[in-house]
Amino acid sequence: MSALTGTITSLTIPQIRQGLKEKQFSARELAQSALEFAQAENSKTNAFLHFSPERALAAAERVDKKLGAGEHPGPLAGVPVAVKDVIVTEGVRTTCGSRLLERYIPPYDATAVRRLEQAGGVIIGKTNCDEFAMGSSNENSAFGPVRNPVALDRVPGGSSGGSAAAVAQGTAVVALGSDTGGSIRQPASFCGVVGVTPTYGRVSRYGLVAFASSLDHIGPFGRTVPDTAQLLQIIGGRDECDSTSAFAPVPDYVAQLDGKIAGRKIGLPREYFEGLASETGDLVMRGIEVLKKLGCEVREISLPATKYAVPCYYVIATAEASSNLARYDGVRYTTRAASDTLSDMYRATRGAGFGAECKRRIMLGTYVLSHGYYDAYYLKAQKVRALIAEDFRKAFAEVDAIVTPVSPFPAFKLGEKVDDPLEMYLSDIYTITGSLAGIPCMSVPCGNTSAGLPVGMQILTRHFDETGMFRLADAFEKAGGFSG
Amino acid sequence: MKITEKDVRYVADLANLKLADSEIQRLAKDLDDILTHMDALNELDTSHVEPMAQVLFEGEETATLREDRERPCLSNEAALANAPLAGGGYYKVPKVIER
Repeated sequence: MSALTGTITSLTIPQIRQGLKEKQFSARELAQSALEFAQAENSKTNAFLHFSPERALAAAERVDKKLGAGEHPGPLAGVPVAVKDVIVTEGVRTTCGSRLLERYIPPYDATAVRRLEQAGGVIIGKTNCDEFAMGSSNENSAFGPVRNPVALDRVPGGSSGGSAAAVAQGTAVVALGSDTGGSIRQPASFCGVVGVTPTYGRVSRYGLVAFASSLDHIGPFGRTVPDTAQLLQIIGGRDECDSTSAFAPVPDYVAQLDGKIAGRKIGLPREYFEGLASETGDLVMRGIEVLKKLGCEVREISLPATKYAVPCYYVIATAEASSNLARYDGVRYTTRAASDTLSDMYRATRGAGFGAECKRRIMLGTYVLSHGYYDAYYLKAQKVRALIAEDFRKAFAEVDAIVTPVSPFPAFKLGEKVDDPLEMYLSDIYTITGSLAGIPCMSVPCGNTSAGLPVGMQILTRHFDETGMFRLADAFEKAGGFSG
Repeated sequence: MKITEKDVRYVADLANLKLADSEIQRLAKDLDDILTHMDALNELDTSHVEPMAQVLFEGEETATLREDRERPCLSNEAALANAPLAGGGYYKVPKVIER
């Protein structure tokens, strides 16, 4: 166990593989240390909602047993993983950050959870998030906000704030998050870690509690690009339990991190850099200089429909959310408000159970789908979505990747934006476009502001070109792009 | 666009949401602000654009269908384990039909 003291906060997947191979520690010792450390540190950030020691130790023992028998323990053997609490885990409470599901114990595992455990991963706990993944600051959790481990008076971003914070804090090596409009990339950028939103359909959503089905993704967080590539490789691929999961084979991403990025054509969309006179803009531009030095060819491009992305997204996402959240009606999921009639029971349960942001989105979504407004809002937004996707299609005929900021600003203070929902929505401007188009996108750290706050650079590529995206991010990371 | 408290009550009724008066006042303002922002979508001419309902990839219409075969499913007990109120193998709810 002494071999782990002081190193647990910075371990990577290859280091764990090496440590197990050289018997520096057993998977059980690592799991125990990780659990003890995460539990002891959690009061600082509130990143975890609950821990799963029994499940973690059982998974670790399976790894040790395989190692003892000389079998291959799997590519994720012994790795402590945190899972966002919108992804179901059999027998382990899954709350979605909501009072409504405070006592919900899922009867099955999400496919991503099952796959990462089959690969030897050790799930140590479930991470805090905005209620039903709706938010950009993690302040909408019914179980209290998460604090950013880099600056405890600031938000970690959202909605996967707990997963990003755990990886940044060193209480998990990698984590699963979910992203609908930026909920992996934005917290990754705020906490200074790597966060990946794969192509729509790359990872099965079976067991991801639905928010907006045409936009929901599961994706990995890590402290290094290769660690996120490794995790995506494990959880990706067709799953017959999710008919929207893609048949495209999953390449060996890690093997292709060869640093060969010279000659890659990178587009900088004019619309994303206009008016970005800030430290964030400066740091992203310095990141782009690093890519130029590595031999990339950089040119300006245009994505003209960008300014319509936020209204387009909030019509589609809230419309889908209002349908998906209709199931929380007091009949099936643990929580019910006492009432004499069925109709009053639905209303009272939902009125008492949902937090303010969920109610706002259910109301918006119901409004835009209601009689007389469907064409004006929902259908119109779906058409605008097609224009946004077409912008990307045209751009990728010219360039191999697009590089942008992740967020217009670094982590803001707790409470700073909580009273202005529209302002909060507008902060998602740079991440929403990629989500609407369904293309792979990720945030990679590109330095800190003078106040020490991390800034992320976003890389977007063509559908299913995660390989190209990881290769660029990895070369950037190895060139020291993150150190500022 | 002007969202009134009456509009909010109507939509809350459609959404099966019981709201306090203070929430209704607040939502009238928030919805008004946000829907006004959404009106920007009307600046774009989309008369010749097909709506995009899903990120689609090339493939046969039936490509996503799996083989129809029997598989184990959740037991009745497991399916009801999270019910606020269950009995006799069913979910129980307040009486709907008066005798």
